[in-house]
Amino acid sequence: MTEVSSDGGPNAQYAKFLAEGRFMIQRGKKSGKAVFYPRAYAPGTGEELEWVEASGKGTVYSTTVVRKKPPTPDYNIALIELEEGPRLTSRVEGVEAADVKIGMAVNAQIIDGEEGPLLVFIPAGD
Amino acid sequence: MTKFPRGKTAIVGAALFGGRGAPGYDPDEIAGIAARDALFDAGLTPADVDGLFVTHSNDAFGGGLQLAQYLGIEPIVADNSRTGGNVFQSYLERAAWLLDAGLINVALITYGSNQASATGKLTSSRKPFAYEAPYKPLNPITSYALAAARHMHEFGTTKEQLGHVAIAARSWAALNPDAANREQLSMDEYMGARIICDPLGKLDCCLVTDGGGAIVMTRMDRAKDLRSKPVSVLGATSRTTHDQIMGMPDLTTTGLAECGKRAFTDAGLGPNDIDVLELYDAFTINTILFLEDLGFCPKGEGGRFVEDGRIAVGGSLPVNTNGGGLSCMHPGMYGLFTIIEAVRQLRGECGDRQVNGAKTALAQGNGGLLSSQAVAIMAVD
Repeated sequence: MTEVSSDGGPNAQYAKFLAEGRFMIQRGKKSGKAVFYPRAYAPGTGEELEWVEASGKGTVYSTTVVRKKPPTPDYNIALIELEEGPRLTSRVEGVEAADVKIGMAVNAQIIDGEEGPLLVFIPAGD
Repeated sequence: MTKFPRGKTAIVGAALFGGRGAPGYDPDEIAGIAARDALFDAGLTPADVDGLFVTHSNDAFGGGLQLAQYLGIEPIVADNSRTGGNVFQSYLERAAWLLDAGLINVALITYGSNQASATGKLTSSRKPFAYEAPYKPLNPITSYALAAARHMHEFGTTKEQLGHVAIAARSWAALNPDAANREQLSMDEYMGARIICDPLGKLDCCLVTDGGGAIVMTRMDRAKDLRSKPVSVLGATSRTTHDQIMGMPDLTTTGLAECGKRAFTDAGLGPNDIDVLELYDAFTINTILFLEDLGFCPKGEGGRFVEDGRIAVGGSLPVNTNGGGLSCMHPGMYGLFTIIEAVRQLRGECGDRQVNGAKTALAQGNGGLLSSQAVAIMAVD
């Protein structure tokens, strides 16, 4: 039987790591296959998972600019493919929203978002 | 696995209500009126219905029961699924199996929405997703924009090609007295429209309208004795691949690539056999993705396929002959309306926009953020 963790479920555990400034993802204990977002077991197989520090390296898989009426600034929303494999929704900062391009190398950064710590990405540079 | 009951069931009634606006009506009234009219179209009454399949955009707990009570019926199957706008094709699929198995005798599939007159925008009771909501996506458009951007990147699809989808839809709407937007659309006007989420702009998005519809199904042996010309159901399939766009396995291929093939196999037909194609064009990129996934052109060729008016009035493949969600109506969930237009085309009731000699039709449904797909293939003798 699956035991209840005193740290709460995988979502709560992830949030706690993020609050500590750590971007953690999960991987299969046997397969090593990376998983994001946090789950109690690997999707599809049900395999046991363990937490690992993400490399933070990723590539822009797709990107869009949400256009707002001035003076509200436009902003970016991007799908990032992590070096480990999974894809997630985020935004790329430190560059104009329209200059974010598919294929761009990016690095994870945890910032203070409106509702707590937030995972964003910045261009990796050369 | 048991084979789909090809040709064993039929759509025997269809009706629309309030697509041009139904201020002062609530969703159950809109669906209820369409339901009564579809039943009368078949020569049936509410009391004949023993399978009720209903979804509204803003359903809460107990959804569907209110409509059963409104109709004054006691269904033995009452289904209120919420996979998105594809659910109506999935209902048709389910109803065909249940009818063929003998569990039910008359299925009513219906939808009603007052979103335009009640709120002026798309209504949705979708729960925010913790790993997406903080980035403030303007969904659904943001997710479709991400798919469009990826399609452009991988296959060189252009903004002008998206424009051809919008222009083609408008060319059909111009022939449909029930369509909301009937003015022909030029490429200049399309290219000049305000961008909302790159690369999608205002004219890449479906309309926000009121409207309801209903279809009635029964077994073919009974259908032959009813009032309307039966439209035979040859194949119907569904597939769900993800919920949020971050979970979509491949942003340029939807679940239709699999369930479309299955539906064609069930029907014993291929894309070349389809006379009328009704796709769920919530956004211009949809039409391109779905043409590819259903096998009307190779993957990646959808943009080039729609150039030169191929899917417009006078083109070689009639697509979205009512004007689609882009130019006819889009009351929040559009899947039922692709089925109703297919039925009307197969019955030869479409006036100026009638596709001459249409014998076969495919009506596709899309749900959520390209998440759920479903297909229905129909024919008349």
